[in-house]
Amino acid sequence: MRQKKIIKKHPLAIRWFHWINFPVLGVMIWSGMLIYWANDVYRLGWGDTTVLKFFPDSFNKALNIPFRLAEGMSLHFVFMWLFAINGVIYFSYLLFSKEYKLIFPNKKSLKQAWLVVLHDLHIKKGLPPQKKYNAAQRIAYTGVIFMGLGSLLTGLAIFKPVQFNWLCAVLGGYEWARAEHFILTVLFTLFFLVHIIQVALAGWNNFAAMVRGFEIKNVVPSQEKEMAAPVDDEKANHQIITNENA
Amino acid sequence: MTKKQTIKLLRMKTLEEKTVSAKYAINRSVVSFWVFNLFALGFLFFWIWLYKQPQDNAAPAPLRTVLKTNEKIFTSLFGNNRLAKTFPLKDAVVKVRVNGDAGMGDNFDATKWKLQVARSAGDTFYVTMDEIKALPKTDIIFDFKCIEGWSQVTHWAGVKFSDFVKKYHLEQESQLKYVGLNTPDKKYYVGIDTKSILHPQTLLCYEMNGAPLPMNQGYPLRLVIPVKYGVKHIKRIGTIFFSDTQPPDYWYEQGYDYYGGL
Repeated sequence: MRQKKIIKKHPLAIRWFHWINFPVLGVMIWSGMLIYWANDVYRLGWGDTTVLKFFPDSFNKALNIPFRLAEGMSLHFVFMWLFAINGVIYFSYLLFSKEYKLIFPNKKSLKQAWLVVLHDLHIKKGLPPQKKYNAAQRIAYTGVIFMGLGSLLTGLAIFKPVQFNWLCAVLGGYEWARAEHFILTVLFTLFFLVHIIQVALAGWNNFAAMVRGFEIKNVVPSQEKEMAAPVDDEKANHQIITNENA
Repeated sequence: MTKKQTIKLLRMKTLEEKTVSAKYAINRSVVSFWVFNLFALGFLFFWIWLYKQPQDNAAPAPLRTVLKTNEKIFTSLFGNNRLAKTFPLKDAVVKVRVNGDAGMGDNFDATKWKLQVARSAGDTFYVTMDEIKALPKTDIIFDFKCIEGWSQVTHWAGVKFSDFVKKYHLEQESQLKYVGLNTPDKKYYVGIDTKSILHPQTLLCYEMNGAPLPMNQGYPLRLVIPVKYGVKHIKRIGTIFFSDTQPPDYWYEQGYDYYGGL
């Protein structure tokens, strides 16, 4: 019988959280844009010079964004529950399943993340040993969790600025909270772009693992022998996953 | 994975590996991708379904249901004692933004204006500007928030709605759930939950920046209600009435949330 090696990667729960979050965050960003249009004051630039306006009129027109504030608000204040609940359960799961140990950065992460960047830019060969995620991924994926928390808090501050006036004050006031909420959304979008590029580069097996939970590898005869032998901890310690994960 | 296995896995430097039959690996993959595609399709159908639902005041009915639930959650969670932040006089802007002119038609005779208060259907009385000004005056400088997303620190003065209720013995009527307010031409109208209109910062306002309200800010009398978005700060109040059912609301009918509480 033909044999395959499967490498367990993502628990079922994490796969569900991930794929529920995808359309929900999509709706939050889309409805957020419908809301933002009604007071589209942000731009990149200085003085009278504007490098990038959020958003150009042509962009708004192309996506049919204008005059849909009410629709945006109702979508936003419905899907916010799904975003928050999914996020809270996901985070609790990370903590209780100890899965966080694979995601949160550790002491070595900052230094190693630099090596990962050098590697990805083809400046340096070889990656430091890693478990599920490399150091750069640990920082990015933990960062995005805190961005989610940031979106919830800044969102709450602009949603109920009187009831949560203390939160509003902590965030620098109503206008700042709105700007922070917007900046976080831009960061989410940038994260998403980098994320899909990395997933595309990492290949099918890596992407499929977020659906089926495991990667598949062919078993070569010599490896089969090795697999049969008892694996002691010392040996496992030196084993390195060489595939790049995204 | 059991807890023991998890701990073991975490102690190791690698992820858990298993050698299985090719058939098993393929079957597992097929099932997973079926579930994945069904989920994606399910979301797509949900989205199409949502936009095909009947409209409840210009919003898809399921969204409206959740918005109403939100209102219930927030009104039961929040007391009436949380105050909007106030600012020193120097922070108040001189050029106050004017937004919206519904109900502010040109053929308005300010000299004939009186505030009409309906205790109940058929039981109304009128209050003049002088009588309103005779009541204790309250100033407020707060960050006015428009539903569009902008805000402005502005300075207003008038009589607290709660003082007005006391003076005209409307305690009985204030037991009802809502207060409705209309412009004299009935072209702009809002409904407000009684708890919010009795909030200590809610004013029947007749002054802006220390002077009588400008025409386009709702002369002679408007509502200032810092716990709500600007859409609820009705300009040029003609009538006030009390009701246990939701009074009509201009922007609610165009798809916005009825509550609009901050």
